Amino acid sequence: MILTEESIQKIKEKAARYPHRKSAILPALTVAYRQVGHLNDEIYREIGRVINIPPVEIAEAATFYTMFPKKPVGKYLLQVCHNLSCALVGADSMITYLEDKLGIKKGETTDDGLFTLISVECLGSCATAPMIQINHDFHENLTREKLDKLLEELRAKA
Amino acid sequence: MSFYSPVITNASEATSNEKLHLFKYVEDPQQHKSEIFESHGGYTAWRKVLGGMSTQQVIDEVKNSGLRGRGGAGFPTGMKWGFVPKNSPKPTYLCCNADESEPGTCKDRVLMERDPHGVIEGMAIAAYAIGCHIMFIYIRGEFNHCIERMEEAAREARERGHLGENIYGSGYDLEMIVHSGGGAYICGEETALLNSLEGERGMSRIRPPIPAIEGLYASPTIVNNVESLAAVPHIINRGADWYKALGTEKSTGTKLFSLSGHVKRPGNFEVELGFSLEKLIYDPEYGGGILDDKKLKGVIPGGASTPFLTPEMINVGLDYESLTTVGSMLGSGAVMVFHEGTCIVWIIKKLIHFFRHESCGKCTPCREGTGWLENMINRIEAGQGQPGDIEKIEEVCGNILGRTICPLGDAAVMPIQSAIKNWREEWQYHIDHGKCQVETDFSFR
Ligand SMILES: Cc1cc2nc3c(=O)[nH]c(=O)nc-3n(C[C@H](O)[C@H](O)[C@H](O)COP(=O)(O)O)c2cc1C
Ligand code: SF4
Ligand code: FES
Repeated sequence: MILTEESIQKIKEKAARYPHRKSAILPALTVAYRQVGHLNDEIYREIGRVINIPPVEIAEAATFYTMFPKKPVGKYLLQVCHNLSCALVGADSMITYLEDKLGIKKGETTDDGLFTLISVECLGSCATAPMIQINHDFHENLTREKLDKLLEELRAKA
Repeated sequence: MSFYSPVITNASEATSNEKLHLFKYVEDPQQHKSEIFESHGGYTAWRKVLGGMSTQQVIDEVKNSGLRGRGGAGFPTGMKWGFVPKNSPKPTYLCCNADESEPGTCKDRVLMERDPHGVIEGMAIAAYAIGCHIMFIYIRGEFNHCIERMEEAAREARERGHLGENIYGSGYDLEMIVHSGGGAYICGEETALLNSLEGERGMSRIRPPIPAIEGLYASPTIVNNVESLAAVPHIINRGADWYKALGTEKSTGTKLFSLSGHVKRPGNFEVELGFSLEKLIYDPEYGGGILDDKKLKGVIPGGASTPFLTPEMINVGLDYESLTTVGSMLGSGAVMVFHEGTCIVWIIKKLIHFFRHESCGKCTPCREGTGWLENMINRIEAGQGQPGDIEKIEEVCGNILGRTICPLGDAAVMPIQSAIKNWREEWQYHIDHGKCQVETDFSFR
């Protein structure tokens, strides 16, 4: 089993709220993603058993949504918004800066398994750009200094 | 005082200006608690509605106020509610659209984070108006803080008797479900949102039927934007006439504008509709002028899917009609500003990448067309443009426009057409010289 008892409980609670069971798929995927950090076929099977829906239907939905990585990523998933408002104030150069600093290219994970760097579409923080989402948290109004500090804190925590 | 989102707002203006109402309390760090919300007059409109207004009275009040949808399309809100069949044998549903994914838009987030009960009150009144007993809010999955805030607020509202069974002793029951998405722009389109909420892939549906007739679970459903719903309690409290007096004759009320890009003071601002775009950009109380005091090159006034404005056009009112007059649209109210040091081809490269990525793939013109466009535009941007490319791009755009199932196809095309129309020479230069006419360098500071 990949899903913990706690996750299963949460999924059941969420599923109970909906008039139709299938609506619980996205919330269930979210719970699983929060616990595991990515999704895969085994997770679809487990969710399927919990909410009583064929795993293929869960996979069908899951593969549509880009927010959930479909393979393991680093402990910290660095998601830099590269859309227009952020790009106008330096998002692309922030990505290059992170690539240099971490010694990886966009899409890659550092050797120590700590950081995966990707770029994503607009995250609704356009007036506090540039920004980065790290796992589930937003960090906005970034400067080099703030970003350096943030990475240091994450390293220290790891 | 600290908020999850550090975004600038004009709440201080809103507290002293009687006309502004959406942002009045968004700098109050306690406003998200029901008790504080109530002490600021919260839930009085909901009580008034359940205390004796008929559903028709509520619909009429909103109709008369002139409120139009703030999610992008600007459809009259009261009229939309009126489309729901009376005495439907099936349950009816309300879905608040909190997908907020149109590039440049970051306003609904502020309402959900800082005034969640205001959103709930608006949803509740809308739900009542259409005879709905289970209402949903669909929040984009990345907005964890909003999801938590709305869940907490819904729980609290239920505990304090604003939601649940027999609300205020009226006999009316209403439950609320906070639903989170999975990171897909298309799920902001109302029919894709409904598919997503049903646990399907988030692809748009062919209309008719419209959701008001057959929406969620094939039942009559109203989808409204967060900001549209948040305005409703104020209309009920102060009346349609009060609301109608705000803004312009045809664009009534106030609107939240998200100002981003090359301005000194990016932020979210509540202003009356018809407010001057020039003032929003340059006034020290709002945008404060162009970054580094450079010259303005252009503005996208309503989110990534609306046509560009050039500097000569910014002396315009921010309302539905005026922006149409200058060839653009109010959209979601996301004003993106860029200065003279910005290559137009680079901007379009950013936007088409987005639309291609977000196309749900259901119809060929959009799925294939956005791909072709991105390839051609990337080629030009990389200095490998060829004579005739501009015409080819125009042709592909022409083949997408108006031929798709949902408006995403048009949304992808309109900024491109407008960028070519306004800056054709610059496109030509890019092709002829294999490089930008202006050097684009936005270093991160
Ligand atoms: C591609 C696309 C994305 C959209 N995204 C959003 C969104 O994020 N939020 C929103 O409220 N409306 C969005 N809309 C508009 C909705 O389809 C719908 O018109 C709106 O939610 C209705 O609410 P309103 O009448 O209160 O504006 C989008 C439309 C399209 C075509
Ligand atoms: S226009 Fe694009 S997003 Fe809309 S239904 Fe067609 S393929 Fe999907
Ligand atoms: S463009 Fe980056 S958050 Fe909107």
